[in-house]
Amino acid sequence: MFACLACVCSLTAVAQTPPAAPTTDERLAALEAYINNGDPGKSLTGVAGPGHNAWMMTSTALVLFMTLPGLALFYGGLVRRKNVLSVLAQCLGITGVVAVLWWAFGYSLVFGKSFNSPYFGGSEYFFLKGVTSAPNTDYAYWVSHNVFAMYQMMFAIITPALIVGAIAERMKFTSIIAFVTVWMFVVYFPLAHMVWGSTGLMNGVWNGDAKITAIDFAGGTVVHMSSGWSALILCLILGPRIGFGREKMAPHSMVLCMVGTGMLWVGWYGFNAGSAVGADGIAANAFTTTTLATAVAALTWGAIERIFRGHASILGFCSGAVAGLVVITPACGFVDSTGAVIIGVLAAVVPYLACTKLKAKFGYDDALDTFGVHAVGGTIGALTTGFLATASVNANLTGAPAVKNGLAKLVTSGGLWLAQLKAIAITLVLAIVATVIIAYLVKAVIGLRPTEEVERQGLDINEHGEEGYVT
Amino acid sequence: MKLIIAIIKPFKLEEVKDALAAVGVEGMTVTEVKGFGRQKGHTEIYRGSEYTVDFLPKVKIEIVVPDEVAGKAIEAISKAAKTGKIGDGKVFVVPIEEAIRIRTEERGDAAV
Repeated sequence: MFACLACVCSLTAVAQTPPAAPTTDERLAALEAYINNGDPGKSLTGVAGPGHNAWMMTSTALVLFMTLPGLALFYGGLVRRKNVLSVLAQCLGITGVVAVLWWAFGYSLVFGKSFNSPYFGGSEYFFLKGVTSAPNTDYAYWVSHNVFAMYQMMFAIITPALIVGAIAERMKFTSIIAFVTVWMFVVYFPLAHMVWGSTGLMNGVWNGDAKITAIDFAGGTVVHMSSGWSALILCLILGPRIGFGREKMAPHSMVLCMVGTGMLWVGWYGFNAGSAVGADGIAANAFTTTTLATAVAALTWGAIERIFRGHASILGFCSGAVAGLVVITPACGFVDSTGAVIIGVLAAVVPYLACTKLKAKFGYDDALDTFGVHAVGGTIGALTTGFLATASVNANLTGAPAVKNGLAKLVTSGGLWLAQLKAIAITLVLAIVATVIIAYLVKAVIGLRPTEEVERQGLDINEHGEEGYVT
Repeated sequence: MKLIIAIIKPFKLEEVKDALAAVGVEGMTVTEVKGFGRQKGHTEIYRGSEYTVDFLPKVKIEIVVPDEVAGKAIEAISKAAKTGKIGDGKVFVVPIEEAIRIRTEERGDAAV
C-alpha cells in the first residue's frame, strides 16, 4: 500500500518536471521533416502538418466523389431506364453500411496492430476509440489519425460498390446489403490489412517482417481484384438477367455514363496521389502517372474500336479511361512516366479483349463489365507493377523495412513480379472462395433475386418505390 | 376532303411545313413515331454487346384538305421531303367523310 502511494508520488513528481524545451536545432529539424514528410523527432510530436492534412482531407472528399456520384452515374447510365435508381440506391446503401462497419470494427481490423497478426489488425481502435486529430505515426507523421481513418474508409466504400456493376438489374437490394456486410469482414478487412497494415502479410514497403514482399500503391489487389473477381463469381451464382442475349439491354444514357466517368477520373487523383498519405514528391509522381496512363488507355480503346469496328464510341473512351485508372492504381507511386504510358496501352488492350472476346466466348452476364475492367485490369496492374516499379521515383522501395524483408533486393535486381504473383494468387483465392460461401449463405437465408415479374417491370418501382424519369 | 398522312425523315419537317404553308395548308398534326420500311434499322455496339435497332425515328404529319388542294399538298410534301436516299418515307391519302370545327360548329371544307 505504502509502496504504491510512493509510486504515485514519484509519478506526479516526474509529471511536474517540465520537459526540456526543444533546442533550435530540434525545432528546425522538425520543420525540415514536415517539408520532407518525415519523422519530426521530439519537437512537433502529435501535431498534424497543415499542408499534408489539407491534401488528405481533399483526397478523402475526392475518393468519396468517385462513388457518389461518379460510380453511381457511370453504372447508372449503363443500365436500362427502369433500373437506374436501383444502382444509385445500391451505391448509397453501401456507403452508409460500410461507414458504420468501418467506424465500429473495420478501421481497427485493418489498421490496428494489437493482434500482432499478418491477417488481421487489432481491436484497439474499435469504434474509432483513440482515433484523434493527432497523427498515427505507424502510417503518417503529419496526417491526423481521424483524417487517415476517413480517407481509408472511402476505399472501403467504393470497393464493394464496384461489385454492383456485374450484378446490376437483377439482385434484391437487401440481399446486396447482406452480402456486402459479410464480404467486408471476410474479404476486404483481412485483405486490406495484409496489403497495407503495419503488420500485414504482403506489405512489402512498410512491414520489415512481411512474408510476401509485394507492393500495391493504391489498391490493385485490395480494391480492384477483390471486387472484380468477387463480382464474377456472384454474377455466375446469380445467373444472367431475364432476356440476356435475346433482348436489347443497351445503356439508357451514355451522357450520364460519360459524366460519371469524368468524375471517376477527377476523384481518382485523391485515390492514387492521396495514397502517398502526404503532399510530397511521391504524390506528385502518382498524380502524373495516373494522368498519363488514363489518357493513353482512353485513346487506345477508342482507336481499337475505330480500327476494328468502324466507330470510336463514347463507351469505348469511357471504358478505356476507367481501365487505365484501374491498371495504374497499384503502380502509380512506383513507376515513372514511361512506365505509365506502357501501362496505359496494356490497360486498353487486355480489358478490351476481356470485355468483348472473353465475355462473348463464355457468355456470363457481367452486366456492366466489372470483371472485364476491374478484375482483369487489377490483375495485370498488380503484375506489371512487378516489372516496372523503380526506386528512382519512390525511395521507400529501398527503405529500411524493404531492405529487411528483401523487397529492396527484388526491386534493384529483378524478381519482384514473383512476389506480385503470390499476392495475386492469395487475393484471387480469398475473393473467389469467400464469395461462393457468402453468396450461397445469403441465397439460403433471404434469396438473391427478385421475382421474375419484379425484374421485368424494373427494380426502381418495386424495390425503391420511385421512378428515375417521371413522364 | 382528303386526309393526307405523310411519314418523313425528322430533319425534313421544317421544309415540309414551309412547303405546305406555301400552297395554303393552314394547320397540321405532327407525331414523333418509330418504324421501318425497306431502309431497315442499324446496329449499335456497346463494348461486347451488339444490338440491331429495327425501328428508326420518323415524323408523321397528318393534314386534312379540300379535294382541290390535295394534289398540290401531296406534291409539296413529296418535293420537300425528298433526299433521294432510302428511307425518305411515304404519303398516304384517305377520303374523309366529315369535318367539324368545334368552336364554331362549321362543317365540311369550311372546317378544315
